[in-house]
Amino acid sequence: MSNKLTISVAPHIHTTNSVEKCMWNVVIAMLPVLGISIYVFGMSALWVTLISVASCILTEWLIEKYLFHRNCTIGNGSAIITGMLLAFNLPNILPWWMIVIGAVVAIGVGKMSFGGLGCNIWNPALVGRVFLLLSFPAAMTTWDAGVASGVDATTGASIDASSGATLLATLKSHSHQMDTSQIDWLSVWIGDMNGSLGEVGSIAILIGLAYLLITRVITWHIPVSVIASAAIFSWMLGCNPLLEVLSGGLLLGAVFMATDYVTSPMTKKGQLIYGAMIGIITILIRCYGSYPEGVSFAILLMNGFTPLINKYIKPRRFGERRGK
Amino acid sequence: MSKTFKIGGIHPNDSKLTAGKEIIWLEQPQKVQMMLYQQIGAPSICIVKVGDKLKKGQLIAEDGSFVSACQHAPISGTVTKIEKIRNTQGWYGEAVTIEADPDRGDDFMEASNPRTQDQVDALSIKEIIDIVDSHGVVGLGGATFPTRVKLLPPEGSKPEVVIINGVECEPYLTCDDALMRRYPNEIVKGVELLMKVVNVRKGVIAIEDNKPEAIKVMRKAVEGRDDIKVVSLKKKYPQGGEKQLIAAVLGKEVKSGALPVSTGAVVNNVATVYTIFEAVYNDRPLIERVVTVTGPSLTNPGNFLVTLGTPIRTLIEAAGGLPEDTGKVIAGGPMMGKAVVNIDAPTTKGLSGILVLPESESHRKKELPCIRCANCVNVCPMGLEPYLISLLAKKHNWEDCEKGYVMNCIECGSCSYICSSHRPLLDYIKLGKQTVAGIIRERNNQK
Repeated sequence: MSNKLTISVAPHIHTTNSVEKCMWNVVIAMLPVLGISIYVFGMSALWVTLISVASCILTEWLIEKYLFHRNCTIGNGSAIITGMLLAFNLPNILPWWMIVIGAVVAIGVGKMSFGGLGCNIWNPALVGRVFLLLSFPAAMTTWDAGVASGVDATTGASIDASSGATLLATLKSHSHQMDTSQIDWLSVWIGDMNGSLGEVGSIAILIGLAYLLITRVITWHIPVSVIASAAIFSWMLGCNPLLEVLSGGLLLGAVFMATDYVTSPMTKKGQLIYGAMIGIITILIRCYGSYPEGVSFAILLMNGFTPLINKYIKPRRFGERRGK
Repeated sequence: MSKTFKIGGIHPNDSKLTAGKEIIWLEQPQKVQMMLYQQIGAPSICIVKVGDKLKKGQLIAEDGSFVSACQHAPISGTVTKIEKIRNTQGWYGEAVTIEADPDRGDDFMEASNPRTQDQVDALSIKEIIDIVDSHGVVGLGGATFPTRVKLLPPEGSKPEVVIINGVECEPYLTCDDALMRRYPNEIVKGVELLMKVVNVRKGVIAIEDNKPEAIKVMRKAVEGRDDIKVVSLKKKYPQGGEKQLIAAVLGKEVKSGALPVSTGAVVNNVATVYTIFEAVYNDRPLIERVVTVTGPSLTNPGNFLVTLGTPIRTLIEAAGGLPEDTGKVIAGGPMMGKAVVNIDAPTTKGLSGILVLPESESHRKKELPCIRCANCVNVCPMGLEPYLISLLAKKHNWEDCEKGYVMNCIECGSCSYICSSHRPLLDYIKLGKQTVAGIIRERNNQK
């Protein structure tokens, strides 16, 4: 033995968990969602995802190398998550260059402009998505009419008549008051309907949620509070809670986007408030706003409130009495 | 359903390589070095000089102040040096070197005053406390707080229960486990003494459920009694922390800044209790203790009964010698133990274990930016926000550090352990704690 002993401050052992493991677990959890979107939309779903992921990685790499002059960080997998999430928020027939623009904005503006991993205030994928939605509103809301059985089921009309509206848009046109007997629930669950890539397969998203909970990447607090508050609030407004939860991007947002570590609160109590507010804002936008969908805006809004929540919602200190 | 504490906590791998191993008596060395400063509080004051002939167990240093302890000669022999030597951490401290006479025979300590049960029963509270004091007993869980001070609860406090800490939540360590399996009846007698001294009728021996054998043996030792009971606690780190242990056993939380006795509990480590028994019944001062010497690459890890003042190198040799791949030697457990600079330093009263880690496990992983996963907040047993106070300390924002309750930190290391970005959270929190402690002292002095 060389007589040199390593000296460091305790603790001397460390969890086997790491940032990379967390990130790859999230990627694994998103695979069922990708699978079901390929099943519903065909290979175009895979192309959109690959273009998005590749652009995100390339953008991060270029910025790290030529602007920040520091070691490449794409190995931690966060750019892949951003790319997949962005793709899940896009329609499958979006032109490729729009996807690239979305990815550049997501990584470049949404993440790297704040300093990279861990520094951003808003969820990068949603920044990219909202940028695209505001820049190309028509392209972002034009759906492939070829896949329309769900829509067909909701309206009871013929396939031609539906012309590719999403379940939410249909709901919107009915002021969220619909005869639910016309809905083909099986299509709603397995995602055989129009929408963005990742928002259609509710079952796949729930499988992803189960995986994230089992691997302890996330806790139940955010997804459950988002879904529960959306369901309760929509019920109070007289809508069908199940329909509201299963339509649009609510599940996707609740499971994969609101739970983003960097942009969500640190304490359990804070997470419950954050989740509940996302649910309420989403339903408010859906029922009273001009957009059919409000999950992205709701999450981004609450991302902005996260520092405030962290400042005022503190963990229960040892020795402090409860409820005081 | 076993009990445990509620806020935070982690579940590191047990790694109790020496579980089930009996205590082995390590032959006493030819030369020992007794550090004069091996307890919390003031250093002891040396009362011997070079050339003095000492008998094993003879007093060599007296209490330095109220919070201090005395020291005894661990072997018979001659004082050859009184000089500054380096301790395990490399700091210099005064130590008395005693060398055994070359022609010494069996070095058994003649107990000058062993007591029968009747004699012990006749002792007054003050007499017991005096015995504990004069035999140099300190807390053996690692903090080395003089036990006498703990036995004199401050005015106005009303102890209700004595809790014996047999939790041993640090991974790798098994010295308390081995002690409980070997000396259950002696420990129970020690508990009786403690209950008598602090004047309570209830004693609880708390053991984590990863030591089923110790629980079984201790339960047998208290069978049929209703004043002392054995409680099995669900394994969770840092359950051996005084505040966490009280919360787990009594369900009460010590308020910030208050003394643990405010909950009615007086907590003592199981090894301390055994030492109290030895002092009162057998008149043996604290001159030896059980040390777990362990590590993944050691060929013969075990629980050794070690004479105080024995060089740590000797302990490692008894466990099979320092392995080729050694990268780090730790005094104590892997969570709160201190990295050893000098393995020739002597064994002290607070040494519960020697952990030898291979080079591959000796280094920290690369630090990444905080991704705000909130794991540190979730595991903090004190309900603090480690990510925040470490950042504040890094930025030298001591005011907000104090407002973030940095002084409540018990330095258990759970935050650094769990951090998925491998950030040195506790390093900065310790810095913040030290600095804020200084600021508070200064503020109080000005008043």
